[in-house]
Amino acid sequence: MTFIKLEGLTKKFGGLTAVDEVDFEIEKGKITAIIGPNGAGKSTFFNLISGFHRPTSGSITFEGKDITKTPPHIVARLGIARTFQTTHLFDTSSVIDNIIVGYRLRTKSKLFDAILRTKREKREEKEAFERAIEVLDFVGLANLADSPVSTISQESKKRVAIALALATGPKVIFLDEPAAGINPGETEGLAELMKKIVDSGITVCTIEHKMQMIMGLADNIMVLNHGAKIAQGTPEEIQNNPTVIEAYLGGESSAEVI
Amino acid sequence: MSKVLNKRNGIIAVLILSLLFPLAFSDNKYVLYIMTLAFIYIIAIYGMNILAGYTGQLSLAHAGFFAIGAYSVGVLTTKAGLNFWLALLLAVLITMGIGFALGIIALRTKEHFFAIYTLIAGYLIYLLIYKWEGLTGGVRGLIGIPIPNAIGPIKFESPIAMYYLVLLFLLLSIFVTVRIVYSLTGRTYNAIRNSEELAQTLGINTKINKLVSFVISVSFAGLAGGLYASLVRFIGPEIAGTTMVFTFLMYLIVGGIGTLAGPIIGTLLFIWLEQYLQSFQEHKMLIFGPILTLIVIFYPRGIVGAIQSLMGYFRTRKKESSKSYKTNSESTDMKSREV
Ligand SMILES: Nc1ncnc2c1ncn2[C@@H]1O[C@H](COP(=O)(O)OP(=O)(O)OP(=O)(O)O)[C@@H](O)[C@H]1O
Ligand SMILES: [Mg+2]
Repeated sequence: MTFIKLEGLTKKFGGLTAVDEVDFEIEKGKITAIIGPNGAGKSTFFNLISGFHRPTSGSITFEGKDITKTPPHIVARLGIARTFQTTHLFDTSSVIDNIIVGYRLRTKSKLFDAILRTKREKREEKEAFERAIEVLDFVGLANLADSPVSTISQESKKRVAIALALATGPKVIFLDEPAAGINPGETEGLAELMKKIVDSGITVCTIEHKMQMIMGLADNIMVLNHGAKIAQGTPEEIQNNPTVIEAYLGGESSAEVI
Repeated sequence: MSKVLNKRNGIIAVLILSLLFPLAFSDNKYVLYIMTLAFIYIIAIYGMNILAGYTGQLSLAHAGFFAIGAYSVGVLTTKAGLNFWLALLLAVLITMGIGFALGIIALRTKEHFFAIYTLIAGYLIYLLIYKWEGLTGGVRGLIGIPIPNAIGPIKFESPIAMYYLVLLFLLLSIFVTVRIVYSLTGRTYNAIRNSEELAQTLGINTKINKLVSFVISVSFAGLAGGLYASLVRFIGPEIAGTTMVFTFLMYLIVGGIGTLAGPIIGTLLFIWLEQYLQSFQEHKMLIFGPILTLIVIFYPRGIVGAIQSLMGYFRTRKKESSKSYKTNSESTDMKSREV
């Protein structure tokens, strides 16, 4: 059974085709990268898989189950987590308070439990808290647990966003440009984190502009251009693919750019 | 730990003050009445705060629901001859029922569309009350709403008794709010306020959560309205009006939207300011308007928010000088969040 399978995936916004007939498979336990120039449709591609947009046509299958029309919160519960290109953290709250809610989908306490502070509520609050500490530790931010998000660095915010996604207990995590806006040293750190995530058994799919990083990291790369898949393969294959060099790298020789 | 104790001490002090207040003014019925009225508004505003402050959905139909609670008690006691307590219970349930139905439709819209939509819904409630003369008495309103029936030896004829009764409901409302805010449900609401998209990717059903938050929010308004009817004993359609809802909103914003103490501080401040400024009642918006604008711009979380950021500033300065870092679970206590 394929882990994630996309067939003829298409999304049109009015006259614009943001994602165009994409067939692709994401392999379990691997790091898959989506690359492509600005406006190529990468984020839209993520929005389709996570249920934010309904595809115009085509289908999405996750572990053999058709999730083409599944709403985002159900997609999340099935084990598909994601981060956004711009982080949506709650600035005035502490890091830990931002993350605790990530475990919410694994809890059952209702308003009723909250008001009566039932055993279930107390137990689940404790679980959510422990889970938050665990993922914070995992991304290497345990020492920032109490800091307000507004006081931490851009790189830490990216890690908090990833920790939040991990708190949901996903099978696969989609990262939308996790390394955007951070310096090269920190980029390496994030690459390490992605490896760590895969090693822990969670499949990673990431959008990335930083070629150097992605070539050394990804098992599999898909290239989008104007919404269409123009290539897929290992980093070596992509670097030597003439179509990619032509369309994406503007015709320069691969060795110079990549 | 000392911070928790301080906070607890503060709460106990306020509680004792509110309990002793009537004794100090036992011969001044007017002051007691104003305070009781303020408490009723605070209950309604706590409801507004759960939805607007903690869930991020600004409903401007809140006064409409306050009126539904008030008119339910009014009609059920004066026309159907029901016992006040039963009428009050039914009033809350009716408000919740109408809230549920309205919420399902209203919550299909977002942000300012939701605000505008609920503003219109609130106005429709006003019109309905105004026009449905047979039931509501129209513009003349309902007169002769009875005081709460005695419970055994406890009678509610005196202003002091009404004060304590309303105080009891206020404490209950605060208790429920605190429980919600510090629960997983409260965190869920917070996540929705922060970003609905993010909340959805965290597996949160934003539709259902917003609806539940809406219904619990209007239940506070219904309760407050019911109490209002039997305190004032005369109700007119204007309690559903836009002036009323913007008054609630002003109290909430100035006190601190999305804070636990905000509704109390904002309401008491305004109610007593208005008493002192009564001579220029007509010009009061001339004074409050600019103050409100400044607060919204500079202190989006009102007086409480301003105090918190000041305290936070001093705390970090102290922390920096002592260079003590705590990462243990005590300092990350789930309850160490905002006041
Ligand atoms: N909700 C939307 N409504 C209309 N058009 C959209 C919407 N979302 C994306 N688009 C358009 O679809 C195209 C693809 O956008 P998308 O954000 O997926 O690109 P991207 O590859 O992620 O780009 P970047 O590298 O800049 O993040 C763009 O032309 C964009 O303007
Ligand atoms: Mg993008």
